[in-house]
Amino acid sequence: MVPLNWYLLLSAAVFMIGMFGFLTRKNIIIMFMSAELMLNAVNISFIAFSHFLQDLRGHIFVFFIITVAAAEAAIGLAIILALFRNKQTAHVDEMNEMKG
Amino acid sequence: MEQTINNTSGFPILSMLIVLPLAGAALILFISRANDRAVKMVGLLFSIATFALSLPLFANFDKTTHLMQFVEQHEWIPYLNMNYHLGLDGISVLFVLLSTLVTILCVLISWESVRMKTKEFFISLLVMESAMIGVFCSLDFMLFYVFWEAMLIPMFLLIGVWGGPNRIYAAMKFFLYTLVGSVLMLVGIIVLYFYAGRTFNILELTNAAYPFKMQLMLFWAFFAAFAVKVPMFPVHTWLPDAHTEAPTAGSVILAAVLIKMGAYGFLRFSMPLLPDATRAMTPVMLTLSVIAIIYGGVICLAQTDLKRLIAYSSVSHMGFVTLGIFALNVQGIEGGILQMLNHGIVTGALFLSVGIIYDRTHTRDIADYGGVASVMPVYASFFIVFTLASIGLPATNGFVGEFLILLGAFKASQWAGVLSATGIIIGAGYMLWLYQRVFFMETSSKVAGLSDLNGRELVALMPMVILIFWIGIYPNAFLSFMHPTVQHLIERVNSGAGQADILGLIK
Amino acid sequence: MNSHALIPFLPLAAFMINIVFGRKYLKEKAHWISILAVAGSWVLAVTALIEVLSGRKFNYDLYTWILSGGFKVSVGFLIDELTVVMLIVVTTCSTLIHIYSVGYMHGDSGYYRFFSYLSLFTFSMLMLVMANNFLQLYFGWEGVGLCSYFLIGYYFNKKSASDAGKKAFIVNRFGDFGFGLGIFVIFLTFGTVYYEPVFSQAGNFADATVQFLGYDVHLMTLIALLLFCGSIGKSAQMPLHVWLPDAMEGPTPVSALIHAATMVTAGVFLVARCSPIFSLSETALMVVALTGAVTSLFAATIGLVQNDLKRIIAYSTVSQLGYMFLACGVGAYSAGVFHLYTHAFFKALLFLCAGSVMHAMGGELNIQKMGNLKKYMPVTYFTMLIASFSIAGFPGLAGFFSKDEILWLAYSGPSPVGKLVWLMGTAVAFLTAFYSFRLIFLTFHGKFRGTHEQEHHLHESPKSMTIPLMLLCVGAVASGWVSIPHILGGHANFAEFMKPVLGHAEGHGTHAEEWMVMAISVSVGFAGIGLAWFMYMTRPELPARISQQFSAVHRVLFNKYYIDELYSFILIRPTIWVAKNILIGITDARIIEAVVNGVPNSIAAFSAGLRRVQTGLMQHYATIMAAGILIIAAVMLLR
Repeated sequence: MVPLNWYLLLSAAVFMIGMFGFLTRKNIIIMFMSAELMLNAVNISFIAFSHFLQDLRGHIFVFFIITVAAAEAAIGLAIILALFRNKQTAHVDEMNEMKG
Repeated sequence: MEQTINNTSGFPILSMLIVLPLAGAALILFISRANDRAVKMVGLLFSIATFALSLPLFANFDKTTHLMQFVEQHEWIPYLNMNYHLGLDGISVLFVLLSTLVTILCVLISWESVRMKTKEFFISLLVMESAMIGVFCSLDFMLFYVFWEAMLIPMFLLIGVWGGPNRIYAAMKFFLYTLVGSVLMLVGIIVLYFYAGRTFNILELTNAAYPFKMQLMLFWAFFAAFAVKVPMFPVHTWLPDAHTEAPTAGSVILAAVLIKMGAYGFLRFSMPLLPDATRAMTPVMLTLSVIAIIYGGVICLAQTDLKRLIAYSSVSHMGFVTLGIFALNVQGIEGGILQMLNHGIVTGALFLSVGIIYDRTHTRDIADYGGVASVMPVYASFFIVFTLASIGLPATNGFVGEFLILLGAFKASQWAGVLSATGIIIGAGYMLWLYQRVFFMETSSKVAGLSDLNGRELVALMPMVILIFWIGIYPNAFLSFMHPTVQHLIERVNSGAGQADILGLIK
Repeated sequence: MNSHALIPFLPLAAFMINIVFGRKYLKEKAHWISILAVAGSWVLAVTALIEVLSGRKFNYDLYTWILSGGFKVSVGFLIDELTVVMLIVVTTCSTLIHIYSVGYMHGDSGYYRFFSYLSLFTFSMLMLVMANNFLQLYFGWEGVGLCSYFLIGYYFNKKSASDAGKKAFIVNRFGDFGFGLGIFVIFLTFGTVYYEPVFSQAGNFADATVQFLGYDVHLMTLIALLLFCGSIGKSAQMPLHVWLPDAMEGPTPVSALIHAATMVTAGVFLVARCSPIFSLSETALMVVALTGAVTSLFAATIGLVQNDLKRIIAYSTVSQLGYMFLACGVGAYSAGVFHLYTHAFFKALLFLCAGSVMHAMGGELNIQKMGNLKKYMPVTYFTMLIASFSIAGFPGLAGFFSKDEILWLAYSGPSPVGKLVWLMGTAVAFLTAFYSFRLIFLTFHGKFRGTHEQEHHLHESPKSMTIPLMLLCVGAVASGWVSIPHILGGHANFAEFMKPVLGHAEGHGTHAEEWMVMAISVSVGFAGIGLAWFMYMTRPELPARISQQFSAVHRVLFNKYYIDELYSFILIRPTIWVAKNILIGITDARIIEAVVNGVPNSIAAFSAGLRRVQTGLMQHYATIMAAGILIIAAVMLLR
């Protein structure tokens, strides 16, 4: 049986990749996908713990996260599309309207 | 529980006084913007009605007692023990009357000079009146605070919307200056509330005793609010800007009523609530007053702007008021209160007069004037009366007030009396110089051909002249209101446990 | 109610009618109301005099003016010997000058205004002299000052006139500053400001001392000197004399009424009224005597070289007022008041004559441009000559009696400075005679030195002007006869009459000494007249040569010892400089406003720094968030 630590290491690795992608890439679509990656990393952890602790609540959380992520993807992509129409770019550095 | 004389007539006269202007303001809301005349008429009618309603106060006031009269009390927020509690004593009754009178004059003087957003202007004016009356009537500290802050809003708008070129700066300065002070007062109010057992009732608060250290802290917290309003040196610099930029009606209300509230606050709160601190701080207050008198006066000698000069003269005159109040004797305090009234009348009248000529020439620069007495003789006669009242000539109200103040101050401290008496010389200097430069000498091109006062302006100035001579010749008509109240106040201030020793504190 | 109240209130009523209705309705008829009112006051004043002569006195209150704690003061009247003398002086001069003004001011655009001010002045002056307490005295005091301000600045379109009015008012305020403090000290000492209790209790405090501004001072000296400050201002004594010569900008009847006969003598009246206080302080009396003597001498020397007709008379007034103070200062109050009374007639007359001359000369005032006017204006010439003889102390005329009494009492009285001030007074008598006749000779004698146009225009003044001149001339001659000294076979009635109020000053000397003092004063008077004759009639080229010879002295005198310039240099300009550069420039703008604007500005600066963190870039926020989580995790793990 694969020990828990391996799952957790995988989850951490995926999360770090997602985070690294989110922090460094400038294309907003890629950033969005990186965020999804981080969510999935969390899902891996949940499932792993759920399995090892014999507790179904982890599964329930994962379902929630997947649903929310789906909704988020729909709305998020819509926003990005709207932004792209206004700015003609998907480059995140140009989107600094909230600058103080 | 402090005794009061409840309003048993069944007619809530004080509440009506507060509500009536608000009702007028609400009515104006429903008048079409195009119907300028109707807006003005409603403003005038409601201000006159309020004044008429306030007259019974003058007639029915019981001058033999220091107790609160016409008292109304209702629950407001029982959870915090806040009450809607109104009443008048010998100090506040005169200022309610002054407020209602001055509002009429402001309406009259703005009749033609306000051309833009007339509707909003008159609404602001009436809301202002209501708040002013509320401040003088409140016997609940929270209620007082609400009215006190409520006054800021219409005044802020009056300066900021209808003011001169630099109005935004002046309005912001006025607002922030006074707000900083009143926030400190709020802290003081809350401290009192908890210390005295969860009550905002001013009369109950007055009867409690507070430790000396706490009194000192509260004294300075209140000082922040009241000294800014007065304004005392060195927190006076908002006044010249606010006066200069404000429209005539704003200047008049500011001079006649608003800045009286600082001195009123000292009388109503600082002194009776904190008698030990008051006695301990008297030297400081006298010093600041003397500085204000001389400083404000000397600065006037170098002014080139009509309104700015009168604004600085207010600093000097209000210095007399605080000097009298903190002399802590009968003559000083009665003179101080009378001088508050006098300053309201005289400086209010001066600003009215300046507004009248500003409407014609659109310049405030003294150098543009000259020889006005030749073209506007009636106006010149009115102005000289105000000038003379301002420099305290006997038979005008200014003399009675200043004389009693100086007498009281001299009694309290010879140095304060002697130094502040020089303010009388300086006052004559700048006012007569102003009068000379505006009214005498050769007629300047800007004033040639001006028309003299019209009927409306005459009506606006006349009450002031009558009051000036009335108080000057028969001041007892007004002094008699204050005797018991002032007597009671002095007893209270001197009743402290006798621990008012600032040196003891330092040890 | 007694009819006394009507004495001041009639002119007040006239003032109110004229000021309200004058401009539109009364116009050229305004004088009727004023004259009727003041004449009514005169009649009532005479009845008051008769009442007092029959031994009655009045002291009553009309109504309570101010009541505050222990401070109570009324509007009330005290009618005693001193009051009635002042009443007679004021109402007589005022009536005559009102009548004179009808001619003098004829056709002036502010005719109604002039008469209403005159009425207001008469009212204030009467309130001043009739007061029964110090505060009402102060009321009248400021009231006459106000009218003086109005009337000096009557031709307000002229800058010099409005300047002079303002100057008079402000300089007087300096004196009133002391006067007011005096009232405070009186109230704090006696607990009242009514004359009667104050004067009757003053003796109890004869040796009392008080702390004043940290110094121990003799109480009565303090009160007396503070009150005297007021006198110095109102009566134009050194160092506050500067306003009176400038006050000549006003119309001439005003100069006669206010700046010669009545208002300026209020200071003397004050000292006389407070004689119970002054008498308790030798120091104060000495100060009064020396101030009077020095001013008298000082003003007389300036009068020697001036060329402005009215200013010469103005300096003469300052000088004569000094004489009155000199008298009071040596304890001879009644002599001072006596001189006040005679002076009112001859000085008013001098001014009215000067007005008459101006009228004829078309407003010209420079006596160097006059001459030989006696041919054209006989009445004016004759009356002015009499007045000049009177002021020079010609035996038998009014000025002789009062001046002689002062000099004799100064010489023989108990005052430690008596002999000194007598000497100065005698010198002044010489100078007075000289400059008075210099004026007469330059104006009325010799050749006419003006323009042809002026010469063509010369004429005697109308009846309404000459009749008052003649009536006043009677006063200038005869007013002294009410008090002929014992040595000349009289009874010194005036001093006797005044005795209950002012006490009695007695000279301690032999008859021979008294004759000597009189002889000296008369002979210096003649010497002065003679010298003037010599210099301006027989050797007219002499004055120019002398002034060249002593040009420095002449310049100093001509420029009035540069006192005005001195005040401007040490007082006025520094004050305005401080106001502009220190108070506005530094305190207000750099210190207070620096704090006021500095607090919001520093908050704004702080926020501006903080704002940079808010880049608006999502990735920056995310990085910071991630870093934060890492730090928290690290802290938790390593703890």
